[in-house]
Amino acid sequence: MLIYKYLAEFLFFAFVVLTFFGSILAVRAQLLIHSVLGLAVCFLGVAGLYFYLGSPFLSMMQILIYVGAICIVLVFGVMVGYTPTQIAEKHLKGKNLLLAVFSGAAVFALMSVTIFRTDFTPAASKTGDFSIEWLGKSLLYNYCLAFELISLILLAAIVGSIILAQGGRGDD
Amino acid sequence: MFFSQNLETYLLIAVFLFITGIYGMMQHRSFVGMLISAELVLNSAALNFMAFNKFLAPDPATGQVFTLFIMGIAAAEVAIAISMVLAVYRRYRSDDPENVHELKH
Repeated sequence: MLIYKYLAEFLFFAFVVLTFFGSILAVRAQLLIHSVLGLAVCFLGVAGLYFYLGSPFLSMMQILIYVGAICIVLVFGVMVGYTPTQIAEKHLKGKNLLLAVFSGAAVFALMSVTIFRTDFTPAASKTGDFSIEWLGKSLLYNYCLAFELISLILLAAIVGSIILAQGGRGDD
Repeated sequence: MFFSQNLETYLLIAVFLFITGIYGMMQHRSFVGMLISAELVLNSAALNFMAFNKFLAPDPATGQVFTLFIMGIAAAEVAIAISMVLAVYRRYRSDDPENVHELKH
């Protein structure tokens, strides 16, 4: 069944290309709405990568929360300040773009060297598995604090955003 | 050798996302654009957590819980930031960071 492994590897590269393409579109698009679109594509690619990291549940959550919720909220944000066809972004050009790409490549090279020179050793003994059952149990026993904390943060965010955005259109 | 079964591949993808996010944060000329770039950076951190979780961690639930945590943080952050953009836009009639440089109006 080696053919399926190669097929899976090909799909993996498709997801990687999707991620790269989406992230570049998100930072380089002329229209802000295209940036949001690029972000959604990038999130879909990362969701595919989560499949390969053994967690279909997280992949589902990535699509549900990031693509389904965050991108929609960002579209609302875009609609505040722009008409959809207005050119919003002034991009770097010429020498400045070259400098930016060069410094980005320098950081990338530095981090790559660090990654490849580090000796990663797996944990000696492993407990649990990648099943959603074990994840749910851990969420309610071992990582109960994270669970409670995130609900508190979300509550604070809801109240805070209502207070910040209240007042209607005001004096315009 | 399969790249999808290799820790370094995922770390390099995460580095790329991180650098793209920082670049976008510097060159976007609007608050929403900067927010988009911040999401890229957060996603690279989450991808790192998941990669280390798959290949190194003793308990596979750890990284998944923290990735869920990052997703919650990102959702809260976007909700707050969008309402701040709304409030700023209402006051300055602009969402260009260059125009928003006074503390009092």
